[in-house]
Amino acid sequence: MKMTKPGQKRLISNAITYAIVIVAYVLIQILDGSGNLTSSLRGQLVPICAYIVMAVSLNLTVGVLGELSLGHAGFMSLGAFSGVIVSLGLRDTVSAGPLRLLAALLVGAVIAGLFGFIVGVPALRLRGDYLAIVTLAFGEIIKNVINTLYVGIGPDGLRISMSDQASLGLGESGTVIMRGPMGAVGVDKLASFGAGVILVLITLAIVLNLVHSRSGRAIMAVRDNRIAAESVGISITRYKLTAFIISAALAGAAGALYALNYSTVVARKFDFNTSILVLVFVVLGGIGNIRGSIIAAAVLTVLPELLRAFNDYRMLAYAVILILVMLTSNNDRLKQLRWRIRSYFQHSSRRQEAEHE
Amino acid sequence: MNNPAKMVPVPSRAIIPERDLGVTPILEVSHLGINFGGLNAVEDFNIIVGRTEIAGLIGPNGAGKTTVFNLLTKVYQPTRGAILLDGKDTAGMSTMQINQAGIARTFQNIRLFQALSVEDNVKIGLHNQFKYSTLSGILRLPRYWDAERKAREQALELLSIFNMERMASYKAGSLPYGAQRRLEIVRALATRPSLLLLDEPAAGMNPSETEALMANIIKIRDMFQIAIMLIEHDMRLVMGICEGIAVLNYGKIIAKGTPEEIQANPAVIEAYLGQKKEA
Repeated sequence: MKMTKPGQKRLISNAITYAIVIVAYVLIQILDGSGNLTSSLRGQLVPICAYIVMAVSLNLTVGVLGELSLGHAGFMSLGAFSGVIVSLGLRDTVSAGPLRLLAALLVGAVIAGLFGFIVGVPALRLRGDYLAIVTLAFGEIIKNVINTLYVGIGPDGLRISMSDQASLGLGESGTVIMRGPMGAVGVDKLASFGAGVILVLITLAIVLNLVHSRSGRAIMAVRDNRIAAESVGISITRYKLTAFIISAALAGAAGALYALNYSTVVARKFDFNTSILVLVFVVLGGIGNIRGSIIAAAVLTVLPELLRAFNDYRMLAYAVILILVMLTSNNDRLKQLRWRIRSYFQHSSRRQEAEHE
Repeated sequence: MNNPAKMVPVPSRAIIPERDLGVTPILEVSHLGINFGGLNAVEDFNIIVGRTEIAGLIGPNGAGKTTVFNLLTKVYQPTRGAILLDGKDTAGMSTMQINQAGIARTFQNIRLFQALSVEDNVKIGLHNQFKYSTLSGILRLPRYWDAERKAREQALELLSIFNMERMASYKAGSLPYGAQRRLEIVRALATRPSLLLLDEPAAGMNPSETEALMANIIKIRDMFQIAIMLIEHDMRLVMGICEGIAVLNYGKIIAKGTPEEIQANPAVIEAYLGQKKEA
């Protein structure tokens, strides 16, 4: 019998995850090239990538770290608006779109990661579900603060006000980037499906490499048994923070990608419902299952569009499908059936082998 | 001889083996105590453990044995007393720092990382032996490959103590009970302790497994030249391998001595079997 190295199975599993993304990208490009992609679906491509990154990054917090976060959209929002400001701020100096997009993604990630640190330091030092409560509040606070922000770029740099547009004092030559509740307007649509897929692949590389490294093992040790992890000399707070900051930073990049796909972005888009939606992706895809998150995020983002045929019953059908997926993916009888079918085939193939000998 | 052991007041009599005399004992505990809401779970606990001693901590259920381990590893912060590890005070240290200072332990109710593989469990124990940053892990820098290779080799070597290399890829939670206990010992050893605390290592093992475990505990002590302190109810194991034994009852030490002395001690017999009723 051939001995498989323990790492080998994992390597194959990771390769399949990357392959799924690349194959999906190629297929969609072919469909698009032959004109078989509806315009509504084409408009969904970048948001799908953004939601995949959101789901994978939230899975790092929920599945790998084992902490509940209810404000992931808050980090997305931070990334979105800081990304928009950077992309518009660089409009005059950097002409290349992809470079501005890259800068926007990076700044979005750094800002969101920074806030991840600020939120995480007090919340992650405590035991229990404090992170859920703090992130829930954080998401709402971020939404409301951004809703009141007026940001503009004048000749002397960035101007920020929380009262109104006039108090920015930009004069004639300035551009207003954010108009409070009206959000950011005149955003350059820098994001593309290709860039989105690259971000998804980078996110996968970061999360999968992290999980299968010293730090990743420490994070999972903290999740599985806090006391045992401490007893082997692992710093609980440090690894909780590491995971949470990376998760927040990736959500920030996703937000920047998402925002730069539209000409207008409002803070209300990144509310509690969005946080819960991403959590639904993670739960349906399987907690801790990265590949599942990708598939769930893609399918559940497209589904409402595909269900347009049902018109009035769209959300009803969406809910029914959600319930059906939950019933089937966690059903013991179905699992048993699947196992019996598989073992039947294995036995029959073994029987054939025996007959051949 | 100016052995610090001599400085510890009665009732703690130094019972450390002769070969460990003359060097700083690995563990010196004096007047250790903790109070849970008025209840003295452990009171005035004194013990000295030699560098390569196998020491036993026994006592009836609820005597406070595991609490002592939790105090030594700072899962609970003691309310009174001092713990000197290798002559250095451990006051104010956290569980994590205690481990880095040299105490590793196993748990009475097994605490493995159930969802992870056997190999990963040991590698987590090697966390502070083969270090590289989170970033080199994500970017797969040369340091990652180098440290991971060394960690894997070391993990398999440690597993081979219990002939468990074959199980490296199994899920820890799927192992039989005895193997889980052994894996916990391997994980603790991976942190390169100078004092290993075993909380009921033979619990749930059959006589032949216990026999093998006894041989292995001695083997570990000889291989790594470390001190081992164990809590155990299996008297054959305790009397068979422990050089010094302390008996705890109601949070207090009621007797200390060699296995022979403990077996003959009336206070110990009373604690285990109860007082003879006067007619």
